[in-house]
Amino acid sequence: MMFALDMGRVMQETMTQAFGPQAVVFAMAAIGLNIHFGYTGLLNFGHIGFLAAGAYGTAIAITSWSINPLLSIGVGIIFALILALMLGVPTLRLRADYLAIVTIAAAEILRLLARSTALRGVTRGAEGLNEWAGGFQNANPFTGIFEFGPFRYLPMQMAIVVFGWLAVIIVSILVWLLMRSPWGRVLKAIREDEDAARALGKNAYWFKMQALMLGGAVAGFAGFIQAVDKATVQPDTFVPPITFFFWTALILGGAARVFSPVVGAILFWFIIVFSESFLSELVADGTIPDSILASTEVSNVRFLIMGILLMTLMVFRPQGIFGDREEMALDDR
Amino acid sequence: MKNRLVVSLLLVLAGILLLAHPVAAEGEAVQVRLQVRDAAGERTPVVGAAFSVVDAAGADIGSGATDDEGVFRLEVPGAGDYTLTIDPATLPEGIVLANTEATSVTVTVNPGGTGNAIFAVSDGSDGGASLSAESGITGRRIAQLTVDGIKLGLFLGMAAIGLSLIFGTTGLVNFAHSEMIAFGFFAAYFFNFYGLAGVFGFMAEWPAPFGDGVNLIIAAGIAVVLGAGFGWLLDAVLFSPLRRMGVSLIAQLVVTIGLSVFLRYGFLLVFGGNQRFFRDYTAQRGRTYLGLVDLTNKDLLTMVISIVVLVIVGLVLAGTRIGKAMRAVSDNRDLAESSGIDVERVIRLVWVAGGALAALGGVFLGLSETVNWLLGFRMLLLIFAGVTLGGLGTTYGALVGGLLVGMGIQLSTLFIPIELKNAGALAVLIGVLLFRPQGILGRAERIG
Repeated sequence: MMFALDMGRVMQETMTQAFGPQAVVFAMAAIGLNIHFGYTGLLNFGHIGFLAAGAYGTAIAITSWSINPLLSIGVGIIFALILALMLGVPTLRLRADYLAIVTIAAAEILRLLARSTALRGVTRGAEGLNEWAGGFQNANPFTGIFEFGPFRYLPMQMAIVVFGWLAVIIVSILVWLLMRSPWGRVLKAIREDEDAARALGKNAYWFKMQALMLGGAVAGFAGFIQAVDKATVQPDTFVPPITFFFWTALILGGAARVFSPVVGAILFWFIIVFSESFLSELVADGTIPDSILASTEVSNVRFLIMGILLMTLMVFRPQGIFGDREEMALDDR
Repeated sequence: MKNRLVVSLLLVLAGILLLAHPVAAEGEAVQVRLQVRDAAGERTPVVGAAFSVVDAAGADIGSGATDDEGVFRLEVPGAGDYTLTIDPATLPEGIVLANTEATSVTVTVNPGGTGNAIFAVSDGSDGGASLSAESGITGRRIAQLTVDGIKLGLFLGMAAIGLSLIFGTTGLVNFAHSEMIAFGFFAAYFFNFYGLAGVFGFMAEWPAPFGDGVNLIIAAGIAVVLGAGFGWLLDAVLFSPLRRMGVSLIAQLVVTIGLSVFLRYGFLLVFGGNQRFFRDYTAQRGRTYLGLVDLTNKDLLTMVISIVVLVIVGLVLAGTRIGKAMRAVSDNRDLAESSGIDVERVIRLVWVAGGALAALGGVFLGLSETVNWLLGFRMLLLIFAGVTLGGLGTTYGALVGGLLVGMGIQLSTLFIPIELKNAGALAVLIGVLLFRPQGILGRAERIG
């Protein structure tokens, strides 16, 4: 068989994206999800809603209220905190799967509202908000295209890679410190046995609410990073399946471990981009005939891979790569 | 056991890749059909209106004008968002935009799909009123929306029974259930258009349903049988082994999510991103009943069939041995098992029946609207809203909740824009959880 594949191009694309801006967004979002699911056991399937809140908060603060860009990040996080409160009040007293249904519904409501004509004046409907990221672009210290080894980034991507990974590390350390504290131990106790925690006089509802808000704020920050990376905020980039990508990344690394969301996000993008560009090379050189898989369809195969990955991980290694099976004894509440 | 699971997953993947392209691949395009409706309701195409198209980044893609059929179609380089802008000055004499502000429309083009943009035009004969006449609160409109809501609610309820019964008997919240609805639609679509020759080319010379498509009624029957088989398959190769391995319910829930993503994009790969409708009975003209409600024959027939099916399901659950066994397992699995009921067999039957009902619901939904590969996802939140509203795990809750959600969705358009009607239904779902989390028919001890 001819094997005239351009593996150099495949590796360059893979490595660039495995550590690129999207991996930063995923790592940050997965840290938030880790606080929800890994440490507290909350089944949040509307995580993308927090990213949408963060992204829209930032963009609306700049376009509608002309707030200083740095402060606008705070507005985005406040939006995410409000969303967490609104989700938590009706559902955190209920069984875990109700939170799953409500969060996925709420994220979809947010997207439908954002693209509706009723809110067109604020969110600009399906077109989304553009022309607000100028302040961030001007503040970018990097110029020119960066190439080192297999990596290749545009200036704005470079800024996100450098500052984003820095932020990911800082937030990770904060989460690590928090989860070692008495507060974090209560969260884990709630995850293990909510009734026992309550019997010891802990207000489980309020602790779960705090965890939901903290994770939501981190995810809101991830939404801001994504918005700056794309320089636009469009409702249809916040579709529910993305939430399941975050789940896959988190479970890949292993929930309830500090650095597992980071490793999971990098691995997730490595697997996805590698298989996608490898497949498109195979399609391009004719190893896979067009009748089986057209070149335009290769990008959809990533979703199939993701679905299988999530299923097999959950069945055979729910603790992921670094996780501890003891800590991840997913129980029903 | 584990190996069997991996092997079956790989087989399914291989099957999907082999199945890819029974349908000729179509390039991505944007399209507008510009028609004006006169006072008698006759539609005439608007010829020669000029359009320009830009992509999401604002780069120029192309331009053109509507042809003799009022259609402007432009191939675009790939999936994504495109904005079409009409030049109002090129509209023929006497034709105006219904909304003079709305000269631009943004459409999303799915891979392999066509993005249809809608521009409302008017010949001024009704003063542009044809659009606003639909928005007042009139008795006629309330009656029409109520009937539309009952129709949607019947389909939703029928499709959701399996979800509720599976939860009741196994405790599993099955996020892939709505893909069983889409499976039913696509199975019927496939046999309606292609027959088995769509997969096995050598059968092309054979009689229908092997070599050619069959009438939709037969195709629907095949789809229901396949839907039942699909339910059986999912339980036999995936969820029954998971239960025996002792995989926790939460982990199984995440598995259903992976499964739903896998199936949904499998449908996209196989059938492409276009809106689909059946070959038969698509263009039926409605008749007015009681001077209030417009219904087509297919609307009537599908509603009657749904009611008959639901009554049969109710009778089976209430009166027969197997129905009683299902309710017993739903009520208390351990007690049912110790009184001699074969629980695994009951669960398998629930999956089979749920799959068949979901498939029939999918066929009916495909008859009442044009749908695409996202049908499953669109229905997911609605059937969850219905089932939660009625009471997760209760036997008749799915039906009651489905009817309420269907009517709520349709009637809400009296007050809120149509584009937000599903958001309204989801908001109601959250509201219900706030005040009566166990649902209308649920018992308080179910949650906690």
